[in-house]
Amino acid sequence: MSGFNKVVNSYEEAMAGLEDGMTVIAGGFGLCGIPENLIAQIRKMGTKELTFVSNNCGVDDFGLGILLVDRQIKKMISSYVGENALFEKQLLAGELEVELTPQGTLAEKMRAGGAGIPAFYTATGYGTPVGDGKEVREFNGRKYIMEESITGDFAIVKGWKADTYGNVIYRNTAQNFNPMAATAGKITVVEVEEIVEPGELNPSEIHTPGIYVNRVIKGSFEKRIEQRTVRQG
Amino acid sequence: MALSREQIAQRIARELEDGFYVNLGIGIPTLVANYIPDGIEVMLQSENGLLGMGPFPTEDEIDADMINAGKQTVTAATGASIFSSAESFAMIRGGHVDLTVLGAFEVDVNGNIASWMIPGKLIKGMGGAMDLVAGADNIIVTMTHASKHGESKLLTNCTLPLTGAGCIKKVLTDLAFIEIKDGAFHLKERAPGVSVEEIIEKTEGKLVVPDHVPEMTFA
Repeated sequence: MSGFNKVVNSYEEAMAGLEDGMTVIAGGFGLCGIPENLIAQIRKMGTKELTFVSNNCGVDDFGLGILLVDRQIKKMISSYVGENALFEKQLLAGELEVELTPQGTLAEKMRAGGAGIPAFYTATGYGTPVGDGKEVREFNGRKYIMEESITGDFAIVKGWKADTYGNVIYRNTAQNFNPMAATAGKITVVEVEEIVEPGELNPSEIHTPGIYVNRVIKGSFEKRIEQRTVRQG
Repeated sequence: MALSREQIAQRIARELEDGFYVNLGIGIPTLVANYIPDGIEVMLQSENGLLGMGPFPTEDEIDADMINAGKQTVTAATGASIFSSAESFAMIRGGHVDLTVLGAFEVDVNGNIASWMIPGKLIKGMGGAMDLVAGADNIIVTMTHASKHGESKLLTNCTLPLTGAGCIKKVLTDLAFIEIKDGAFHLKERAPGVSVEEIIEKTEGKLVVPDHVPEMTFA
């Protein structure tokens, strides 16, 4: 078989090598497009002292929130957290560290990390607590702060379809942080709803090329909705 | 009479122009989508990665993979596009969004805005607000003119930690439409039935009042 075949057949295999103290970059926005089964596997493994880079931290019983139960998370790097009671409790008790990062800066930190760019300048956060202690430079009369990029020991990603080579397509707004996360892990694991043979996906429609991906697994997903809003049909 | 939430949204909607790409924050700004004037086309940007946000779905259309930045289920409008968070913030930070509307706790005469953090209370995070205020040129801040206790939110200097420095030029409160330039608030319009005296009294920062301050209109 091809050396490009990335498919693994168990979640144990998918997360093999994850160790205490590692940094994990996770895709998802709220509960949308989160690698829910990979997170559940980390819960099962009981790995501790983890740093997570993720826009949010799930809710009490779903998403990254479930890793708070046995205090597996040491630090969160996120733009918006606290949709869960346990999170608030551990934060106030000093058991959990949080580095709040503007959402666009967080996305760019992952993108730059995956692209081999160690840092970048942005106007976002200048003159605010986010800019405290960071290098400031002026370009064309405007002030910018330097932000360092992020890479992870692991990246965990939720895709829609992948081929066995690890080319991935995302569905609707479940894309969000997933493509950047996929580029920024030393080991990138993608779970998807469907795995197809190489050639079945249109090369022009691939969001994440397989070069970034180390492992692909097919899962089944609950896809919980955080705010169910409807109009009368 | 102070403006209602709906009237604030209606007044902001008058700032929309045909062909505008617009980012609406959570709360009152979201209501602006209900008052887009007839005959103009506007595309709503949602920073989780959707340009062309449509209405909420019907029960049959609900899709867990289709949400807005408030994590609400939505639909995509005709002509919409969907992309990554990095692409979304490239639009925002690159200055491609024509109008941004967001709420705040305080603004000051130098265009500083505080909207995300009250020391001593649980801090949930800034989400995309710092990127939006740093990246957009045309921003309207909506908020009440004063707190429930009557303390002005239009200040000489913001007292709370900032969301952005020197980036706000327009503020619509429940009492007045105000522009910020040259280190002062400039009173442009007043809410129907609200006196200039009341606005002066509830504005702590320097306020420039012209001889004639027109009443706001909504259509």
